[in-house]
Amino acid sequence: MTGETLVSDSSKVTDKMLPDLPPPANSTGVIGWMRANLFSNITNTIMTLLAIYILYILVVPSVNWALLTADWIGDSRDACTSGGACWVFIYNRFDQFMYGFYPEAERWRIDLTFFLLVIQVAWLVIPKLPRKGLVSAFVLFVYPIIAYYLLYGGSFGLNLVETHKWGGLSLTLILAIVGIVAALPFGVLLALGRRSEMPIVKSFCVVYIEFWRGIPLITVLFMASVMLPLFVPEEVDFDKLLRAMIGIVLFQSAYMAEVVRGGLQAIPKGQYEAAQALGLNYWKMMGLVVLPQALKMMIPGIVNTFIALFKDTSLVLIIGLFDLLAIVQAGLSDPDWLGYSVEGYAFVALMFWMFCFSMSKYSQHLEKHFHTGHGSR
Amino acid sequence: MSTTREIEDKLMVEMRGVNKWYGDFHVLKDVNLQVRKGERIVICGPSGSGKSTTIRCLNHLEEHQQGDIVVDGTTLNNDLKNIETIRREVGMVFQHFNLFPHLTVLENCALAPIWVRKTPRKEAEELAMKFLRRVKIEEQALKYPGQLSGGQQQRVAIARSLCMNPQVMLFDEPTSALDPEMIKEVLDVMVELADEGMTMLCVTHEMGFAKTVADRVIFMDKGQIIEENEPHEFFNNPQSERTQAFLSQILNH
Repeated sequence: MTGETLVSDSSKVTDKMLPDLPPPANSTGVIGWMRANLFSNITNTIMTLLAIYILYILVVPSVNWALLTADWIGDSRDACTSGGACWVFIYNRFDQFMYGFYPEAERWRIDLTFFLLVIQVAWLVIPKLPRKGLVSAFVLFVYPIIAYYLLYGGSFGLNLVETHKWGGLSLTLILAIVGIVAALPFGVLLALGRRSEMPIVKSFCVVYIEFWRGIPLITVLFMASVMLPLFVPEEVDFDKLLRAMIGIVLFQSAYMAEVVRGGLQAIPKGQYEAAQALGLNYWKMMGLVVLPQALKMMIPGIVNTFIALFKDTSLVLIIGLFDLLAIVQAGLSDPDWLGYSVEGYAFVALMFWMFCFSMSKYSQHLEKHFHTGHGSR
Repeated sequence: MSTTREIEDKLMVEMRGVNKWYGDFHVLKDVNLQVRKGERIVICGPSGSGKSTTIRCLNHLEEHQQGDIVVDGTTLNNDLKNIETIRREVGMVFQHFNLFPHLTVLENCALAPIWVRKTPRKEAEELAMKFLRRVKIEEQALKYPGQLSGGQQQRVAIARSLCMNPQVMLFDEPTSALDPEMIKEVLDVMVELADEGMTMLCVTHEMGFAKTVADRVIFMDKGQIIEENEPHEFFNNPQSERTQAFLSQILNH
């Protein structure tokens, strides 16, 4: 090579630094990528063309049906004339799908409740805003009380709205948020308990987790709504929604516990030892050193559980609560709108997908945000 | 060797007839050890000889089953209060640093003063900066441990321990996990610390460090203390055959 001087047979010395050159043109860019990934040999080329064809026969009719030839606005099924999707059905019943049977005059209360929540969550999510600790404490301890009085009413001059009138997407969100917020701390405690050295605590947690993981959520909900009233005196009237919520939290906290336990096991022993050697007691060691690291690693698992929980809330329809899915189904059996179930279910699927996908995206963002360069070593 | 620094008569660490088993395996056999305030002890020996276990018993990272351990007047038993008292007074540096990867260097150092000693955050951070300066790494204070080299991490680990103002420092093979070119920067910090009169117990294979810094060298094998002597005698005139064999293996290669 140029710039290299041959000093003797076995030693080489160079005093010229080679410049950085751009990579060969056909290895980068769109064409380079396509050549490497789609058309690298005959089999791959055939597979690529086949995939393009399949996409074509699936996507084009779907887009035609759902968007191009669809009817959007109208008052009755007579407005659906063009042969595509009849979104008029969704359009007409949209309020009901959102609010259930919540009285129309009171629906601002639901709007306000979720508006407040969105503001607080935005505050926590946007990195620049200050006082995150205070806001999180408010979200966790004060906001639920406000939300309870806003939604349920019965005091502060607000009319009482019984929970059997609640429904639609707002009910789905209430169930999911309560489930998510309550299941995480219970799950953490159960996971710590399961790894505890105290035999009674440990066996309690093991039995609890294995019991709840071993039965289907539907059974839990049936038990909560049908069996529980048989065991408590008649005067004690648990609200059906409350019973479903408790059932979901008990059930999901067992799953959460196992996710958290997996994260705890991944923390090296040295972290515990360093924390102990510094004089931190058990709770400080867990709260300041172990759990922050473990929770960070568990973000994908936790969000996975949250997403499963979110979708599982639709099971409450079997105990007569009208969540988003149930209320759309109820709308489908309306004689005026028979035959539009595809639109109905597509709408439900889209709503669920939107929320689940946002959670998934946010978790990816969090993973990147929390990455502090360890694990690379 | 001993400089102007004085060793007081006060006993800092005392182990009397300490025995420990892992299941059926007898790891520590009748270990007796007395360390006075300001003394610097180096413990060496082949791997598996119980040297790490010995110092890990001192702050109850390992539990001993027989015998008495007294650290700075506090007896180590199963009383959680005593364990916490001792851990506050005893600093420890680990082979693999064990810094907290989710916290910055500064937060690593300020954590225990804030949460164990209840020092106000601002004061604790000033304290942390003071010790980071002392181990010559203050410019890295806002980085995360994962961004530092091994030698830098170990110096931070030493600073983190010092922030608790310990009476005794335990070093568990502090240079064994380091690349060769980083060993010196850590040893320099340890020598400096020794010169300031810190009571130190070091498990190490750095015989140069033992020769220049230690007041006493302890040789352990198979869970027993085999030989204990001041460094000059220990290296030039080892009494036991096992010590001689060990020294010939590590010194002549």
